[in-house]
Amino acid sequence: MEAERRDTSVLLVFAHPALERSRANAVLADAARKAVGVTFHDLYEVYPDFVIDVEAEQALLLAHQVIALQFPFYWYSTPALLKEWLDLVWLHGFAYGKGGDRLKGKQLFVACTTGGPAQAYHQRGANRFTMEEFLRPLEQTAALCGMTWENPYVVHGARLKDDDHIRREAEGYRARLEGLAAAARETAR
Amino acid sequence: MSGDVLIQALVYLAAGVVTVAAAKKLGLGSVLGYLIAGAIIGPFALNLVGDPEDVMKFAEFGVVILLFLIGLEVRPALLWSMRKTIFGLGGAQVVATALAIAGAGMLFGLPWPTALAAGLVLAMSSTAIVLQTLDEKGLRQGPVGRAAFGVLLLQDLSIIPLFALLPLLATGPVQLIADTAASTSLVADLPAWLQALAVLAAVGAVVGGGRFVVRPVFRFIAQSRLREIFTASALLIVVGVASLMQVVGLSPALGAFLAGVVLAESEFRRELETDIEPFRGLLLGLFFITVGATIDFALILREPLLLIGLVLGLMALKFVVLFALARVGGASNRLAATVAVALAQGGEFAFVLLTFTVGAGVISQPLADLLTAVVAVSMAMTPLTVIVYEKILMRLDRKTPTEAIADPTFEAEDAEPEIIIAGFGRFGQVTGRLLTANGFKSTVLDADIEMIDLLRRFGRRVHYGDATRLDLLRQAGAERARMLIVAIDDQEKAAELVERAREAFPNLTIIARAYDRRHAYDLLANGADAVERETFEGALALGVTALKSLGFRAHRALRAADYFRRHDKRQFEELRPMWGQTEAYMLASRDAANTMDRLLAADLAKMKPGAADGWDTSGRDEDQREDAQREDFA
Repeated sequence: MEAERRDTSVLLVFAHPALERSRANAVLADAARKAVGVTFHDLYEVYPDFVIDVEAEQALLLAHQVIALQFPFYWYSTPALLKEWLDLVWLHGFAYGKGGDRLKGKQLFVACTTGGPAQAYHQRGANRFTMEEFLRPLEQTAALCGMTWENPYVVHGARLKDDDHIRREAEGYRARLEGLAAAARETAR
Repeated sequence: MSGDVLIQALVYLAAGVVTVAAAKKLGLGSVLGYLIAGAIIGPFALNLVGDPEDVMKFAEFGVVILLFLIGLEVRPALLWSMRKTIFGLGGAQVVATALAIAGAGMLFGLPWPTALAAGLVLAMSSTAIVLQTLDEKGLRQGPVGRAAFGVLLLQDLSIIPLFALLPLLATGPVQLIADTAASTSLVADLPAWLQALAVLAAVGAVVGGGRFVVRPVFRFIAQSRLREIFTASALLIVVGVASLMQVVGLSPALGAFLAGVVLAESEFRRELETDIEPFRGLLLGLFFITVGATIDFALILREPLLLIGLVLGLMALKFVVLFALARVGGASNRLAATVAVALAQGGEFAFVLLTFTVGAGVISQPLADLLTAVVAVSMAMTPLTVIVYEKILMRLDRKTPTEAIADPTFEAEDAEPEIIIAGFGRFGQVTGRLLTANGFKSTVLDADIEMIDLLRRFGRRVHYGDATRLDLLRQAGAERARMLIVAIDDQEKAAELVERAREAFPNLTIIARAYDRRHAYDLLANGADAVERETFEGALALGVTALKSLGFRAHRALRAADYFRRHDKRQFEELRPMWGQTEAYMLASRDAANTMDRLLAADLAKMKPGAADGWDTSGRDEDQREDAQREDFA
């Protein structure tokens, strides 16, 4: 409802505890910052003390059609602050459960970077499971809240790839974000 | 005479003010302005002043002060690191230039001793003009300034042996050596070893005195908080050292430089610089005026071509020699050229040395007059050649003048501080240590001499000074720094400092320590970018400890403080626009206090057992019961 009146339709919730040491994620974040129709929301910059303003965050969620989460993949999961954010903001009675339909009909889009190469995320690879399997908790989060699960954007081997490769990845990522934003604007109209 | 002094001062000041302002406006630099002023009021033009030589003796003190100030910037370690430049480039410059000029002189038919003497005299460059010009171009701190300074320092050093050496070249009748630097020496008649001993003793006295006498005395004066006495004692040091050096036959400028180096490590460095600076400016200006006034236009008019030829020849020769030597020493083309252009003139020492050589029967009076004119004109030409040189460089690479002339491949080692911390007591120390530990360069100013004493014992570089003085901040590098941290405990001074610094240094981010909420609003109104109330965080931390001791789990106690902080900061911002309107503020703040208490209570209530938030599943209990019932029906 409020989303229609906004000029951005994608809320990019970005979580990286040490951006200054990041390689791929920093380049992706720069691309996302420049993407048209995207609100860039840097969690570790806004809440360095982990004291999350729940009301403000819920208002942000309501104001956007697409909720994008961008983060480095730590221990097969999200960085701590992003998990804290989910715990505290996506409340019962707001996001799910009785009366919790405020996110219903929105889209959830996950973009993450992994240190290991693509082949490690395989039944016979070092990590034994695919990315699809590792991201199931978030996929189910979307399902419980009545949201559409968008195909995730994963960049593997963040430390191994050369600058050129990462730059191309970032361009693809930006195009994807802008595509989501444009589509959401179309639907709103 | 006493009535004359006022008139003379009037003439000098008026000429200086008018021409320097005009020269600056025309982009010619202040040095050229002073020189022109001197030429206009000098005996060869309007003849408004008496013998400029009298004034010059007084004005030379400006050079002494200049060297003292430069000494203050040169820590002994830096001087040691410059030894290669001083003795390598400097020594080679004096020898090679003297020989080249002597050779040229012999081509003109001078006998070799006379030619050599002229070469040695003309090898000197003008410390005052070079350093002032480089300063105006902002080049004195960088590699150009360092190389130029190294050469100038060696030239100053070589004055001493020159006084001994020149008489040996005598060809004509030896007159009574009068009115020279050497004649003021009380030890000139003593045997050489005693003279050497006297020189060593004097140098020892300067070094030892600086360490063990001057610093305690300054500390005492600083405690008395009498600023004009501080200034007077600073001047006293310079005058005292200069006189001492003259007594043992050393150059007063060299002695002043030495005294400056000794005090460069002291906590009073910034304050000394600030106090002495105005004297330097005035006296140097006077000095340049007298140089302008000594230019003998009658002589120039009689033989204009010869004189111009000699000046150009001298400058070209000095340029070529120094450029070649600097290139051999590994400098880039641009660095070598810049240094060589800057040092291509004759120096003020030449005036003294020429008088001396005439007395010693080495150079004839007419030749000395000619050379004096050549030196004076070459000094006057320097600001002009630098401007021309800049224009050439600008055309070469189309950049702004300073960018073009500064060699990009060299970085100044003694980089300016990024952060200035005013006040280094209980508060500033913690902030300062945090910043230093994270690799930021800071300069610290504090007005409490006992605190400085203590900190210096722990090896920290802290300067004495009242940070509300803008000139002191400027000395500390406020024009180029990124941030000013105001951590002094005097509320009014802090507010004043913020206001002044905001106006004078728009580039600075100003972060200030506030006493309380009112003070915080005042500081923000005065232009601070951010403030921190000094007891707020400490009080909250104590509250957290108390809550924990009362049985709260650590995380809940910390959260309680977090919520409190958030509400307090929000209220602080909300009331900010009302600050200053007493009535409105009172009403709003009572309102806000009520609202805040309510909101805070609501936030804190969330943390009690049974309340529903993200960490509590009790809100879902009902849902789950309903789900269970539905399954029962199924």
